[in-house]
Amino acid sequence: MAEQTLRAWLLTDTPSSRRHAKLSALYQGWLSFRSNTMAMVGLGILIALMLIAAAAPLLSPHDPFVQDLGNRLAPLGTEGHILGTDSLGRDILSRLIYGARITLYIVALVALIAPVVGLLVGTVSGYVGGWVDIVLMRITDIFLAFPRLVLALAFVAALGAGIENAVIAISLTAWPPYARIARAETLTIRSSDYISAIQLQGAGGFRIITKHIWPLCISSLIVRVTLDMAGIILAAAGLGFLGLGAQPPSPEWGAMISEGRRFILDHWWVATMPGLAIFTVSLAFNLLGDGLRDVLDPKAGE
Amino acid sequence: MNTISKLLTGAAIGLAVSVTSFSAIAETPANMLVIAHRIDDITTVDPAESFEFAGSDISRNIYSRLVNLDPNDLAAGYQPDLAESWEVSEDGMTITFTMREGVTFHSGNPVRAEDAAFSLQRAVILDKTPAFILTQFGFTPENVAETIRAEGNQLIITTDKRYATSFILNCLTATIGAVVDKELVMANEVDGDMGNAWLQTNSAGSGPYKLDSWKPNESVTMSSNPDYYDGAPAMERVIVRHVLESASQRLLLERGDVDIARNLNPEDIAGASAMEGIRIEDELKGRLMYIALNQKHPELSKPEVRQAFKYLIDYEGMRDSFLKGQYTIHQNFLPATYLGASEENPFSYNLEKAKELLDAAGVEGLEIEIGVREAQERIEIGQSFQNAAAQVGITVNITVGTAKQILGRYRARELDVYLGAWGPDYPDPQTNAGTFAYNPDNSDEAQATGLLAWRNSWDTGGLTEKVEAAVVENDRDTRIQMYQDIQAEFRETSPFVVMFQQIEQSALRDNVTDWSTGQAVTSAAYWQVTK
Amino acid sequence: MALSEENRKGRDRASLPPWVKTTALTMGSIAVTMLGLLFVTFIIGRVMPIDPVLAIVGERASQSTYDAVYLELGLDKPLVVQFAYYIWDVLHLDFGTSLLNARPVSEDIARVFPATLELATLGIIIGVVIGVPLGVIAAVRKGSWTDQVARVVALVGYSMPIFWLGLMGLLIFYGILGWVGGPGRVGIFYVDVVPSVTGLILVDAALDGNWDVFKNAFSHIILPASLLGYFSLAYISRMTRSFMLEQLSAEYITTARVKGMSEWDVVWKHAFKNIRVQLVTVIALSYAGLLEGSVLTEIIFSWPGIGSYITTALLSADMNAVLGGTVVVGLIFILLNIFSDLLYKVFDPRAK
Repeated sequence: MAEQTLRAWLLTDTPSSRRHAKLSALYQGWLSFRSNTMAMVGLGILIALMLIAAAAPLLSPHDPFVQDLGNRLAPLGTEGHILGTDSLGRDILSRLIYGARITLYIVALVALIAPVVGLLVGTVSGYVGGWVDIVLMRITDIFLAFPRLVLALAFVAALGAGIENAVIAISLTAWPPYARIARAETLTIRSSDYISAIQLQGAGGFRIITKHIWPLCISSLIVRVTLDMAGIILAAAGLGFLGLGAQPPSPEWGAMISEGRRFILDHWWVATMPGLAIFTVSLAFNLLGDGLRDVLDPKAGE
Repeated sequence: MNTISKLLTGAAIGLAVSVTSFSAIAETPANMLVIAHRIDDITTVDPAESFEFAGSDISRNIYSRLVNLDPNDLAAGYQPDLAESWEVSEDGMTITFTMREGVTFHSGNPVRAEDAAFSLQRAVILDKTPAFILTQFGFTPENVAETIRAEGNQLIITTDKRYATSFILNCLTATIGAVVDKELVMANEVDGDMGNAWLQTNSAGSGPYKLDSWKPNESVTMSSNPDYYDGAPAMERVIVRHVLESASQRLLLERGDVDIARNLNPEDIAGASAMEGIRIEDELKGRLMYIALNQKHPELSKPEVRQAFKYLIDYEGMRDSFLKGQYTIHQNFLPATYLGASEENPFSYNLEKAKELLDAAGVEGLEIEIGVREAQERIEIGQSFQNAAAQVGITVNITVGTAKQILGRYRARELDVYLGAWGPDYPDPQTNAGTFAYNPDNSDEAQATGLLAWRNSWDTGGLTEKVEAAVVENDRDTRIQMYQDIQAEFRETSPFVVMFQQIEQSALRDNVTDWSTGQAVTSAAYWQVTK
Repeated sequence: MALSEENRKGRDRASLPPWVKTTALTMGSIAVTMLGLLFVTFIIGRVMPIDPVLAIVGERASQSTYDAVYLELGLDKPLVVQFAYYIWDVLHLDFGTSLLNARPVSEDIARVFPATLELATLGIIIGVVIGVPLGVIAAVRKGSWTDQVARVVALVGYSMPIFWLGLMGLLIFYGILGWVGGPGRVGIFYVDVVPSVTGLILVDAALDGNWDVFKNAFSHIILPASLLGYFSLAYISRMTRSFMLEQLSAEYITTARVKGMSEWDVVWKHAFKNIRVQLVTVIALSYAGLLEGSVLTEIIFSWPGIGSYITTALLSADMNAVLGGTVVVGLIFILLNIFSDLLYKVFDPRAK
């Protein structure tokens, strides 16, 4: 009964307050999202991934770092090692499970850094205009004109290999598109009557940007970030593959592929399993992103 | 192994086998030798400058030297090459070489004593990286006109003091001893560089092959010298193709696209040797794998700690697993087959012993950084070491980087621990003794960055003098004993944990004969190869 | 993309100026962007903990050899001075000498860029030839199984680690099946067989009439090109689909249908015609992406292209090579952007 009323309240055509309207819109968005099977599958995979990462010590059959040189490169389905063992005799399944933590860690950090930087640059650029705009956009262009992986490589090379530095490097290459989106949105919002009214009330630039422009940019950024997540995971794996991401013995998936590719001819599973893991997770993000786009930003998609 | 995966694996293998047998095997032309190798280390082919492995291979086949090693009998030591004979003066400081007559360079110019003198003088004056091999005999840019000179058909070399003659001649078999075509080189001189810029990418030798092209990170192509004094080589064309991945090299070999694959890892060696038409040849190389402890570190400089680390290496475990067939246990700084080499390998993997020693030194909660170059086998050695250290309470953080990243910090004495490899520069014990156990000035200001002992801030505890004495000893047996003694002390006291000596495994198509990678003493030779 | 905003603004302001001002603005912004690009690269090169001197002299060098090279490289001078020298040289079309292989960087680039160009061009052709029709069909039959297949194909393309797929492809098609050539641009005995005119082996072989070389080179390029093609196909087909859907829901299409025009004509003569410009932009951008050198693909397939060239150079602190490569890659990116902007302005009615 209570549920019913809540539902009705959420689905009302005549919201009683701004907050009511917002919640109502959110709920309707969720309903349309829920009907998208593919997106739900994506969400499911990601939730599962988070649970796996959280419960890694409980789920993994072995310590991911314990070596057993006598039992290296064990094939799939070996007693006690369902996915086999790697070159140092470590359990691949356990390493994959622990690797999920690293993947999530990277994704979370990049998702925090890159859009925020982009948002900051883009909104300031769009709102202030003039010279600031020209300078900031030129800088954005410079970063856009770099080949992304090469730029990330350069940063990692400059900062030193390591997972935090890889995150910073990826963020540094990922922000320019967000800055462009944020700027474009700011330009349309800036000239609206609504902002003029606030300006007339005497609000300062900083307040307008943070309180009024940012909230409006966020939904398009979220969609873009989710769609980019897969790219971020692939970039991180690429860096790991080139030996510039997480350092050994860390079970980062890209690094695991890199280790395993030496045995690709006779022990193909060593490189294949982490490859499948990366594929599954980035596919999940793509499915989720597609679904979110349909809900939040219908024009952009179809 | 459960049934399903057994079936799956079986099916996959079955598919692989059946399909492979259907596809035709290509074959390389009979007069052409095609080699898959990693050649990304070549930075120059000027013999006065070249010092990396793949570059030395090129020089060995393009440039003849005064004395050289015979690829078919490396154990015989140096043999006459462009110098037909030599004489040593009574005081042992002057060697007079008599040049072989009638030999010509690829350009058609005759090979003269003047060319030989020029080549050695040039190397000293240019003072590039390998110049120390010559300058250790007292040659300087200032005195080189007198100390290395040509007289008619003779080349006369005068050293600053008496050295073991074998030491000098061994040094002349190194890449830097290559004899270049003076006329051709000087015709290409730019701004007084003695032809350095030109020779970096061109050749001017008299050896069995001439360089057709070197495309960095792609390939090296050579064609035979039909006028080679010792007879034109059987292989008219040699192509060394840069192939980074072991798996790719193996596929190329198995498909018959190359004759020799030089960088197969143990798994691919095992796989390839099971194939019909492929055989594996092992050669003991001079390269040593070691771990070095920086003596600036307060804990690592304790004698017990230095000892303890020698018990923290799973020598046998590694040799029998991921290093299988490619490294042998070796705990001395002179590679096996070198004069004075020692076969003593007293240390084994012993965690209790290590723990005991660490406790005795009062070490607790030690956390150290180890610099490792970005090569899979080294990263794995590093991880195995990390694993062992963790069990005695030492936290080891691995920093992986490219050669240039890690090396810079090593040379600046900044790393706690370095996992390194060292290959001898010339076939004389001094090459390693003079870097592992020799450090006359251990101060930071000395900047003796070329010396491994200096890089690890180790004053050698008196070994420096013994090394100096050994290098001038002319009696072979005494010299051997001196090196044995130095190594016995080095094993126990030094901060170097020498672990392995490399075995190079070449995978060859069956029809290739007389292949030589130069064992521990030199580089690969192509002219004696037949198919 | 990058420059479009700037240009449009230029046009808006342009009550006085003709095309001259636009051109000047465009050239100016190219110059500024390029300068910035070089400066960033330069700074990265200098703060990198890789020592360029060591990269040259190697492990065994004595301190005196080291010092000599240090001075030779001008590393003792202030950073700004070094940069100024570099720019001065670049303006004279001198990109310096590669530290690691002692040859002019321009020569290196002339060797590696055609390799990337060849691969990228074939890749984009595959991407367009398959991606565009796939996108159109998916849009026309929205919701059908074709649409679903197209969607899955694209999603998988977006989600697959390219280096992993490359490894697997190499293993299966070269290692097991032997259908394609192995790593590298051409089989070893075909190296340097045909004279290098364009640097594109396929074109050179065709010019020379040497079809053996052509066949061999084709067997080597087809796998990496298909791989890149697949990844651009994923993007192109999705974009085509959404552009088409937008057009197909427009009123003029309904009108055309009502008038009894055949479905084929509706789709291709009307709707498709109207998305051409947008599509070219998308294709130009993916082409730019491929031309930047797909580092990982090039590494997996031992493809001596510009991506792996820059990467190798970067990791060895060969900064002249990195800077030279960056100039080329950056210029291509900017030029292709300008090209697609121009297309927009010339053909797209809405932009006018």
